[in-house]
Amino acid sequence: MSTPANSMIVVDDLRVRFADFDAVRGVSFRVPAGGSFGIVGESGSGKSTVMRALAGLNTVWDGYLEVAGRPLGRGPSPDLFRLVQMVFQDPYGSLHPRQTVDRALSEPLLIQGLGDIDRRIRRILDDVALPATARYRYPHQLSGGQRQRVAIARALISEPSVLLLDEPTSALDVSVQAEILNLLADLREEHGLTYLMVSHNLAVVAHLCPTVGVMSNGEMVEILSAEDLRAGRTQSPQTTRLRALSTELG
Amino acid sequence: MTARLFDRAWLLSDSPQSRTQAAWGRRYRLWRDFRANRPALIGFVTVMALLLCAIFAPLLATHDPVAQNLGQRLQPPSAAHWLGTDELGRDVYSRLLYGARITLGMVLAVVALVAPVGLAIGCIAGYYRGIADVVLMRVTDVFLAFPRLILALAFVAAIKPGMTSAVIAIALTTWPPYARLARAETLTIRDADYIAAVRMAGASPGRIILRHIMPLCLGSLIVRVTLDMSSIIIFAASLGFLGMGAQAPSPEWGTMIATARRFLLDQWWVPLIPGIAILVASLAFNMMGDGLRDALDPKQG
Repeated sequence: MSTPANSMIVVDDLRVRFADFDAVRGVSFRVPAGGSFGIVGESGSGKSTVMRALAGLNTVWDGYLEVAGRPLGRGPSPDLFRLVQMVFQDPYGSLHPRQTVDRALSEPLLIQGLGDIDRRIRRILDDVALPATARYRYPHQLSGGQRQRVAIARALISEPSVLLLDEPTSALDVSVQAEILNLLADLREEHGLTYLMVSHNLAVVAHLCPTVGVMSNGEMVEILSAEDLRAGRTQSPQTTRLRALSTELG
Repeated sequence: MTARLFDRAWLLSDSPQSRTQAAWGRRYRLWRDFRANRPALIGFVTVMALLLCAIFAPLLATHDPVAQNLGQRLQPPSAAHWLGTDELGRDVYSRLLYGARITLGMVLAVVALVAPVGLAIGCIAGYYRGIADVVLMRVTDVFLAFPRLILALAFVAAIKPGMTSAVIAIALTTWPPYARLARAETLTIRDADYIAAVRMAGASPGRIILRHIMPLCLGSLIVRVTLDMSSIIIFAASLGFLGMGAQAPSPEWGTMIATARRFLLDQWWVPLIPGIAILVASLAFNMMGDGLRDALDPKQG
């Protein structure tokens, strides 16, 4: 399979089957280096499953996955961890309750044998706009937005090229959501990151991602630009329905 | 550094300056929760007092615990023999102190054997699932299926009766609940996002289990251990009573009751006193365990 050199993420005919249920049935898309691709869909549409396969957390899949020109195997591979990191949906469940921020951030560095831990932690805390005083706090001493900043810092500290964002703002207050989205936009520019974002919130996805894929029942029914989505120039009935739903609510 | 451990402001600072300060702050908060619980504190103080008694038994004892004096047998408590004497004229107070060494020593030995084994087996079974889980849990079930005392008795009878075999026998029958507990905890933790995050950081399964899962299982395990201590004490005493534990003339509490049971009607204090010691020790461990459970409640982060 040949891919244009500038594609950071290639997903080709990805299929995931759980027991007797097809969670993902033949999804294909590409994300250019430095780009952002959003996947929207109702819950159960398979969007998170695509992301977990790319993250190496789900090893049971068929098809072809490639990150930065490297095809992914099904098992965990050490170089994948330097390439792809993930920010999880629930900042209350994604930080170890008995580990300080410092410990959470130093763990990836220790595992990968990267030196200069103290300086790296100070720099990354600065990058995600966390005060230095938060460094030795436990998660329960932080607010939801601060926790999500820690989770972003943890993902970025091993300097990956791709950041997978699994509904990174859905558990947060609206005002904090905007802060985190702006932070993510700034970080992408600063670090030259490629984003793949999953959300059920069209506004959030359209804010960060110029291209959006719509998933329904394990299939990607449409890939369109954020402008088209905003303007309502949709092709597939599922997209139209999803858009109608979100404009009704929003 | 040591002086700072008594500085409340340093301990309770909400923006600690170092990992050590954060860790000590967490410990101080735990201690504060624990201390607020009156029965737990009483239990803790009693356990500490018992441990001190056991450690300093040679200094506190007034007589040699095995020196016989048949002219002075079955004496009631008096100034010379604070808790009286037993059927061979040995000083019960001194025997009780030395007995604390044996009984508490056996309990600690059992716990030291059982807790790490149960924790390791439970965490491995829970983390790997699949075939490892099935095999380890069926083995656990086999041990759980035996009545505890019978299995221990059979084991001790098959080897030779004594303290070492009693410890091993109790350990053999005590570990399965710990493995079950650790497995149940691991199952709830293994799919958490923070575990997924360390997996994505490239951590090996061994590192994940040791550094991320075990510390979270430890809280409930410690609680379970302290609550179990009382039943281990009674178990050790029962084996001693049945002649399968510590052998005479060692002053183990259960053995002391066993040899004095003939005098229960006429010289009732002789078997009663070690009985009270067993009661106090098990009650103290139970109250301490209850307090620990409240303080270590994982929901409080």
